[in-house]
Amino acid sequence: MSGAPVLLEMRSITKEFPGVKALSDVNLVVRAGEIHAIAGENGAGKSTLMKVLSGVYPYGTYSGEILYQGTESRFSDIRASEHAGIVIIHQELALVPGMSITENIFLGNEPGRGGVIDWKIANRRAVELMAQVGLEEDPDTLIKDIGVGKQQLVEIAKAFAKDVKLLILDEPTAALNEADSQHLLDLLRGFKRQGITSIIISHKLNEIAQVADSITILRDGRTIETLDIKADGVDEDRIVRGMVGRELHSRFPDHTPDIGEVFFEVRDWTVRHPISAERLVAKHSGFTVRRGEIVGFAGLMGAGRTELAMSLFGRSYGTYVSGQIFKDGKEIVLKSVSDAIEHGLAYVSEDRKAIGLNLLDDIKTSMVSAKLSKISKHGVVDQVREYQEAENYRKSLRVKAPTVDEGVTKLSGGNQQKVVLAKWMFTDPDLLILDEPTRGIDVGAKYEIYGIIQRLAEQGKGVIVISSELPELIGLCDRIYTVFEGTITGEILRKDADPELLLKQMTSVKKAQRA
Amino acid sequence: MSRVKELQKSLFGGTTSNARQFGMIFTLVAIVLLFQILTDGLTLNPGNLISLVSQYSYILILAIGMLMVIVAGHIDLSVGSIAAFVGIVVAKVMQEYSVPWFVAILIGLVVGALIGAWQGFWVAYVGVPAFIVTLAGMLLFRGGNQYIGNADTIPVPEGFRTIGAGFLPEVGPNTGYNNLTLLLGLVICVAVVVREWRGRRTRREMQAEVAPMWISVIRIAIPLVVVVFASLQFAGGRVGTSFPISGIILGVLVVIYGFVTRNTAGGRHIYAVGGNARAAELSGVKLKRVNFLVMMNMSVLAALAGMIFVARSAASGPQDGIGWELDAIAAVFVGGAAVSGGLGTISGSIVGGLVMAVLNNGLQLMGVGSDRVQIIKGVVLLLAVAFDAYNKKQGRFSVIDSLMRPFRRDTPTGAESPAEAGQERGKSPVAG
Repeated sequence: MSGAPVLLEMRSITKEFPGVKALSDVNLVVRAGEIHAIAGENGAGKSTLMKVLSGVYPYGTYSGEILYQGTESRFSDIRASEHAGIVIIHQELALVPGMSITENIFLGNEPGRGGVIDWKIANRRAVELMAQVGLEEDPDTLIKDIGVGKQQLVEIAKAFAKDVKLLILDEPTAALNEADSQHLLDLLRGFKRQGITSIIISHKLNEIAQVADSITILRDGRTIETLDIKADGVDEDRIVRGMVGRELHSRFPDHTPDIGEVFFEVRDWTVRHPISAERLVAKHSGFTVRRGEIVGFAGLMGAGRTELAMSLFGRSYGTYVSGQIFKDGKEIVLKSVSDAIEHGLAYVSEDRKAIGLNLLDDIKTSMVSAKLSKISKHGVVDQVREYQEAENYRKSLRVKAPTVDEGVTKLSGGNQQKVVLAKWMFTDPDLLILDEPTRGIDVGAKYEIYGIIQRLAEQGKGVIVISSELPELIGLCDRIYTVFEGTITGEILRKDADPELLLKQMTSVKKAQRA
Repeated sequence: MSRVKELQKSLFGGTTSNARQFGMIFTLVAIVLLFQILTDGLTLNPGNLISLVSQYSYILILAIGMLMVIVAGHIDLSVGSIAAFVGIVVAKVMQEYSVPWFVAILIGLVVGALIGAWQGFWVAYVGVPAFIVTLAGMLLFRGGNQYIGNADTIPVPEGFRTIGAGFLPEVGPNTGYNNLTLLLGLVICVAVVVREWRGRRTRREMQAEVAPMWISVIRIAIPLVVVVFASLQFAGGRVGTSFPISGIILGVLVVIYGFVTRNTAGGRHIYAVGGNARAAELSGVKLKRVNFLVMMNMSVLAALAGMIFVARSAASGPQDGIGWELDAIAAVFVGGAAVSGGLGTISGSIVGGLVMAVLNNGLQLMGVGSDRVQIIKGVVLLLAVAFDAYNKKQGRFSVIDSLMRPFRRDTPTGAESPAEAGQERGKSPVAG
């Protein structure tokens, strides 16, 4: 492939968000007609890079330059990049469920004149495009009536309707089953023969090794290396080494675990997806937590960790099918969130803005909101106690705000996270489930959050940490479970934990069934 | 923090919706003064104040319930029809079965509660949007009113009329004023002082920052002046008139619901549901129950408002309550509630309702036709909410904040010019 002309070159791209440097000096060279993979851990900057390329972050919001077909391109929005033939297909599909396949293919790009759609042309083109992507379906079928795999194909057909030259697929197979994934990969090879260049972002390293010609590995917003898959003899292990090759030292406070007996156990936990009833988001999962122990849940996005946690927390996700929860040797049944809180469970959600906090509240109201009964008499809130309790948490967790009367919107991500932690510590839980507790917060605040988690464990509470950052799990947890497609695929003790082993267990079931 | 904001915060508390209220109180004062001048003193004349209260108390009662509905993220379009329906039921039972008036009131409240349970069921447990449920209710109960009353007017007996047309009676020595109204004023004055004093004690107990004494003095003095003036006006009207009973009912409800929304767990839950329903649910709030109770409560208050109106106009008719829902909704939004829910206060809605009431009343006193009054009210509502929407887009919450923008100290971008700083010192009383 190295002989082919360069189609796209991104030169020293740097993109900063307030407080975070998402990309620094990233370089990417894609040759015409190849399949180029981009790999990296969550947060390595893959999606940001693609958003820069496709004009989601327009010219001027980043530094560096994009050379496309030999000339410098300055895309002002997605339409501009699409006009140049660069089409990105996101992980969350952008289809309208209530419209037909044809309507979706031409949405925003309708053939016809003066705003009147020429349905004859549209239908004929749709049939052609569907044949091109191997989609056998009536073009009048509604999107909501076809499976995810076929929806993905509609997205690709939509890209072809726009005369695509460079197709970018962000985690295209994440939601697909084995057969659909294979079909998609075959399709990519077919496109290559037609001269279409593709960039594929994927966590599934075996697929990359199988289909890609070259690969660029990102880590912490930097380009680590670009490899030629065949010439360099790249395999999965080689990619993993590139992705995680970072040193782990002193990013965590000192902590001596004092682990007691098992006090919390889940057996055979099975939960159905809330909408598509045939899909199981948790399959016969079982695990244990000991007093004073920090237990990690490792898995890729969409592996079902959040769903598992939320379904345990008073069945607040999906439909319960089977399973038992034991606490201190007795079975407990948690049918609602208030049951769960009453039994000493706390769940700190992954998306604190969407479902963790009421952003209209001030700090004190937020902190006491999960257990108002603790400071109320006959339903009347004791405002003196509210203030004092909140003030204590503000001081002990070092929330950076002058008083607890401050609105939570004014706080930084790290401080908001501390407020959410305080909210759940206020409920006096025995088991805290922390879902991505450090997502989107800076390094200093992370260190403090780790400290808080360790203090909770030292108080004899059980803590479950769900995280997509492997170094975080390895540095923080006493024991790590790996989760893949709703199943627990492995259990690794702290002394054995290393990123390569974890990644392997998180990415494929077969290898994980060693234990 | 800017000095203006500091003052505002110490006078009204720290939250964002209070800032909007701060602006509204000034708007209310400005409108009252404006009409006082434009109508040559007719606006604050005892007779007008008394009719203002008895004419708008039922709208303000609706605004209390509507505030809670809107804070929870819903809307209720059926309140006018429910008021009319309950009015005709109550009038009918008194006429046909000679039920005593106080029993009739109870029946009215029960009917309101049943209607509320019906609507709450659809909204909370079936998940039909409140807009649709109450739109249906609007038709249902309007039709019900006309069906029961045969599209006719039914008069109500004397005793019942007290709740709408009654006044505090004349008792005690002849002072030239209505003694009970003066007493009521005195009670309110004492309550204002006690409340402030207890507030300061609470802050001290919290070991929180206590506002300087002079701020407390302002917080006591301004309401006292208003209350004393109002009591003298209400007590000094035409003999036989004084503070209306309906105003007292309203006042009691404001105090109760103000307390419930501010200080109880149940009240907190309403704000939590409206602010972020999923977060509330994940914090153990029983979403369905909150939605059910909020919708039900609204209908009970609508029943009460309907009865007060019937009592005032001495009869129940097929045209009662038309357009009330809109007046109540307007009051709530002018009073600073957010369309998306989660924000708003009872007192803000009352102030918002009073702004609309004084506007209406003042324009009528000036002889402006109802056509133009409607146009002006429409524009005021639109501007009040647009102003707030604009401010939110700018990343600010309060109206007053933007009014004061040139005087802000913590300007986020650029250095402040010495002129601005000087201006601020001149404007702000805290600077000294």
